Amino acid sequence: MAKRIDVSGLNAYYGSFLAIEDISMTVEPRSVTAFIGPSGCGKSTFLRTLNRMHEVTSGGRVEGKVMLGDENLYGAGIDPVAVRREVGMVFQRPNPFPTMSVYDNVAAGLKLNGSYKKAQLDDIVEKSLRGANLWNEVKDRLNKPGSGLSGGQQQRLCIARAIAVEPNVLLMDEPCSALDPISTLAIEDLIGELKERFTIVIVTHNMQQAARVSDRTAFFNLAAVGQPGKLIEIDDTERIFSNPSVQATEDYISGRFG
Amino acid sequence: MSHATLSGKRPGGLRGATLPKWFPWAVAVGATAAGLGISAAAGLQSSIQWALIAAVLFIVGSYAVSARVEGRRQAKDRTATSMVWVAFLLAVIPLASLVWETVQRGVKVLDTYFLTRSMGVVADSEPGGGIYHALLGTLEQVGLATLMAVPVGVLTAIYLVEYGRGNLARAVTFFVDVMTGIPSIVAGLFVLSLWIVILKMGYSGFAGSLALAILMIPVIVRSTEEMLKLVPNELREASLALGVPKWRTILKVVVPTAIGGITTGVMLAIARITGETAPVLLLVWGTNFINANPFSDPQASLPMYIYLQYSNSGGEGPGYDRAWAAALTLILFIMILNLVARGIARWKAPKSGR
Repeated sequence: MAKRIDVSGLNAYYGSFLAIEDISMTVEPRSVTAFIGPSGCGKSTFLRTLNRMHEVTSGGRVEGKVMLGDENLYGAGIDPVAVRREVGMVFQRPNPFPTMSVYDNVAAGLKLNGSYKKAQLDDIVEKSLRGANLWNEVKDRLNKPGSGLSGGQQQRLCIARAIAVEPNVLLMDEPCSALDPISTLAIEDLIGELKERFTIVIVTHNMQQAARVSDRTAFFNLAAVGQPGKLIEIDDTERIFSNPSVQATEDYISGRFG
Repeated sequence: MSHATLSGKRPGGLRGATLPKWFPWAVAVGATAAGLGISAAAGLQSSIQWALIAAVLFIVGSYAVSARVEGRRQAKDRTATSMVWVAFLLAVIPLASLVWETVQRGVKVLDTYFLTRSMGVVADSEPGGGIYHALLGTLEQVGLATLMAVPVGVLTAIYLVEYGRGNLARAVTFFVDVMTGIPSIVAGLFVLSLWIVILKMGYSGFAGSLALAILMIPVIVRSTEEMLKLVPNELREASLALGVPKWRTILKVVVPTAIGGITTGVMLAIARITGETAPVLLLVWGTNFINANPFSDPQASLPMYIYLQYSNSGGEGPGYDRAWAAALTLILFIMILNLVARGIARWKAPKSGR
C-alpha cells in the first residue's frame, strides 16, 4: 500500500508570488515524516502540492516533479482527482460534513465516488473507525450528526474518513493544533499505529510532537517575509533534534532566532 | 496615589442613581395622554398628529428626566432606546393595520363556496361567485415561472460561486444586478413585444409566467449565491481531498449544506412574484371563466382579480367584498409559503445535535 514520495526541483506559486522554491526530498514508505519551521515558510503549501490540493487555491500553480512510486503526479494526463484518492489529507481544523451522520461521514469518500457495495460499506466504516480509535466511542451513535462529536472525536472522524478510501499516503496539516493535550495524545498514538500501513507526512508547530511521532524531520525556513520558503535540511528526527548539520536548524529548535 | 485620584473623579463609585424599571412605561403613558390632551385642546383631528406629538414628548421627556437623575450618558442611552421603540412602532403600525383591515373586510365572503366557484355566470354587481379561476391561474402561472426560474437561477449562482472567474463572471453579476432593478411592468412589456407581438403567440398564462420568471431569476441568483458563499471552504477541500470530483463535491456536499437557505430564497422569490399585477395584466389578460390550460387563451390570476373586482365595484357592494376576500386569500397563500419555507429550512439545516 504505502509508496515512496520523491520530490525534485519543486516550485509553488500563488499567482506570480513564489511561495516555495526548489524543494527536493524523499519521503520513505511506512514512516512518519514531520515538517517543522516558522509560520509562512511554506510547510503547508508544500504539503498541499503532494496531493495536488495547491492548485485548488485560486492562482496556485506548481513546477517540478513529485514522484509517487514510479509516477509523476504532475506528469501529462494525470487526473488530480485520482491523485487525491491515493494521497489522503487531514486538515488543521476538524471539518466533518455537517449534513451527514457519523456513518455517512466515514463512508463519504466511497459514497460520493459511487463505487461501493452496501454490504462492504458497513465493514469499511467499522474498520476505518477502529483504525482511528473512534469505534468504541461512536458505535452507538453512527446515525447521529458528525458535528455533534467533540473536537478531538471530530478530528479522529476526519482521519477515519481519510483512511476509509485506502490511500497510499496520508498528509496531516497540523492535525492537533485545535485540540487539547488528551485528544492530541490519542491522535499521536494513532499516527504510530497508522504508519504500519501508510506513508505519513505531518506538518506541526509543536517540536515535541515532531520529536515524539516522526522518524524523519524536515526543517523549512524563509530568508525574510516576501521571500520564498526553502527546505533547509531533512534528516533522521533524532539527528535533527540532537545534532543538526545546519546552524539555522539548531537555532530554531533551541528557540534562538535570527 | 492614583487610586485616590480615580475615586475622586467618580464620587459615586460603581453605584449610580437609576430610574425604576417602570420609568419608560410611565413616560410613554404620560406622553400619550399629553399628546391626546394637546390635540384635543388645539382641535386637531388626525390621529397621526397626536401620535407624533406623543412620540416627540416621549423621547424628549425620558431624556430630560434621565439626564437630571441618572446623568448624561444614561440619558443618551435612553434616547437611543426610545428612538428604536418609536421606529419599531412606526414600522409595525402600518403592517398590523393592513392585516387587520384585510382580515376584517375579507372574511365576509371568504368560504369554501368562494374558493371553489368562478365568476363565469355572475355579473360583477351581483353577490356570489368566487375566485376558483383566479386561484387556479395564479397557481399555474407561479408554478410554471418557478419551474423555469429555479434551475436557471440556482445554476447561475453555482457558476458564480464555484466556477466563475474573470470577465464572464463579472458580466453575469452585473446583469443580475441590473435585472434585480427591472420594474415588473418593463418585464411584462418585454415579453409582450417578444412573445406576443413578434412571435405572434396569444395571451396566455404561460406568457405571464415568462415575465414572472424574469423577475424571479435575479432574486434566486442573489440569495442562492449568498447561501453558497456561506458554505465553509474547508468542506469543499475535505471533499476534494477524498478524491471526489468537483461536480460531485458541489452536488453532494456544497448544495446539501446550503439547501435550507436556498429553499428559503426560492420561497421568498415565489412570494414576491405571486403578488405581481402589472405583467399579468399585460400578458394573461384575464377572464371570468375557468381556464385550466395555461398554454392557450387568457387566464385569470389573484392580483388581477382583486384589481378588476375593485375597479368595477365603485368602492362598495359584492365586488368590493370579493376584492378584499381575494386579497386575504393572497396574503394567506404567501404566508403559508413562508411557513413552508421556514419548515424546510429548519428540517434541512445542518444539525449540531448531540
